[in-house]
Amino acid sequence: MPTALTPQHRWDLAIRFLGRIGLWGITLAALLFLYLPIAILVIYSFNTSRLNAVWRGFTLDWYRSLFAGIGETGADVITGQIWDALFNSLWVGGMATVVATVFGTMVALALERFNFRQKTALEALLFLPIIIPDITMGISLLVFFSLVFQVIQTVTGVRLVLGLPTVIIGHIAFNISYVAVTVRSRIAELDPALEEAAQDLGANEWRTFYRVTLPLIFPGILSGALLAFTLSLDDFVITFFTAGVGSTTLPVFVYGMIKLSVTPAINAISTLMLMASFLIVLASLVLQRRSLRL
Amino acid sequence: MFNRLQTHLATATNRRRLNLAVLVIPTTVWLFFFFVLPLLMVLLYSVLERGTYGGIDWQFTLSNYQRLFNPIYWSVLGRSLWLALFTTVACLLIGYPLAFFIASRPPQWRNTLLLLVIIPFWTNFLVRIYAWIIILRQEGVINVLLASLHLINQPLDLLFNSFAVTVGLVYGYLPFMILPLYATLERFDFSLLDAAQDLGANDLKTFGRIVLPLTLRGIVAGSLLVFIPAVGEFITPDILGGAKTLMMGNLVQNQFLGARHWPFGSVLSIVMIVIVLIPILIYFRVADEKLKAN
Repeated sequence: MPTALTPQHRWDLAIRFLGRIGLWGITLAALLFLYLPIAILVIYSFNTSRLNAVWRGFTLDWYRSLFAGIGETGADVITGQIWDALFNSLWVGGMATVVATVFGTMVALALERFNFRQKTALEALLFLPIIIPDITMGISLLVFFSLVFQVIQTVTGVRLVLGLPTVIIGHIAFNISYVAVTVRSRIAELDPALEEAAQDLGANEWRTFYRVTLPLIFPGILSGALLAFTLSLDDFVITFFTAGVGSTTLPVFVYGMIKLSVTPAINAISTLMLMASFLIVLASLVLQRRSLRL
Repeated sequence: MFNRLQTHLATATNRRRLNLAVLVIPTTVWLFFFFVLPLLMVLLYSVLERGTYGGIDWQFTLSNYQRLFNPIYWSVLGRSLWLALFTTVACLLIGYPLAFFIASRPPQWRNTLLLLVIIPFWTNFLVRIYAWIIILRQEGVINVLLASLHLINQPLDLLFNSFAVTVGLVYGYLPFMILPLYATLERFDFSLLDAAQDLGANDLKTFGRIVLPLTLRGIVAGSLLVFIPAVGEFITPDILGGAKTLMMGNLVQNQFLGARHWPFGSVLSIVMIVIVLIPILIYFRVADEKLKAN
């Protein structure tokens, strides 16, 4: 412990003090920054005042307007449309997740358990959907479908249009990569000795996979599936370009609302979506905790 | 013929090859048809003429690429790069202290804090960006607050300009910066800080000479993870920006859905892909060389 505080020492202490304040300050400010908008969104969904940020009173009218079309509806919110959008989102999410999880898990196994020449190329191919901008992928699918539909119409006379199937196809395309990355990291954590032991005991490849590998990587597959489902539910850009008339999903619907007119009805539906997201996150955390105990 | 197949499959290697093929083919086929092919079609469209009614004329032309040299488009490109760069730096300045703070807490705290950072990230992006409309607009939270404190006479113009877009971008991409930074900082040996102090360095020197260089990896990863998607952003400038804050993503959307000039939209998309791929290729080159050096 120094007995005298030299100027240099005082300077050093000052720096440490400022540093501490800065660290705590920025951390708190950053956390506030992250959560305040969400809090404001939720709070003002209960505000009677339609336009102003001044608090005029508590009301559930905005929520009611989403589901019953009564009271001040934010003008053009038709109840049926919301339920359609919600159903479409869930349907697209569900289908895309199932297919992407199966395909993604299979590729993950291939990349972790096999060695082959084209491995790097495959890894690059899987990496691309993650780094290519959403909008590029969206318009490329638009171009693709438009060209393919033209060809089909010329050849068979059947006129196909954009709709839920085209949305699902696009979602699967980007979800596979995310599932593959998630499952792959889980497989990499496995002790290969377990599978070797099973094979030494006489199990063939499929039996080993079914009885040993699959149960062990199941939490990873579940994580990947949950990730894919969330990404699908939240996706806006790719859906925007591949959806037709009548196949709106929830984010596309909310976008329409925002572009039409800003009303607290949007706050209301946003709050509901946020709550749903929180529940899904909670569920995934609980599942992870449970699987760790097994 | 079936007998020949059976004998062929009898060897273990060939069975293994079949297993590999089964695992890999679905994904490869899917990504080829619904990812690679669409992008190739975009490339094709970029050299075709625009048709009279917004479709395409099957004639080869480079006029779409020549159109790129119009100064109007350079300003959009410049703005995209500049906003993405600014966002990256801002995220770094906010995210680094936050990541450092979390990494320097006792282990029990870390997971909770990390969860706090990730949870907003799990909610819908569109909804979170919309929240800023409520905050920034003329009748919004900030203006109402400042007016009620008599700090301003007229509402501030905070929305539908570059300021709003920047805030939205930083808000959206902050978690992307924090996570890689945290991953690197978590492995940081904090006892080095004590060692440096014992040797007489103050906090500033310690940070600049020891912490910063050792966490460079996280900084680079986080910066790429923010910069690359930010360049291709579409939602944030679309919702929070005005006519003067067009970014490349908006331009692409405008060409495809508004102006219906698909060939030029394709050209812009190709440019975006190139802009995105260059930093990534550089990153991999450098990472490769570092690996070889070690």
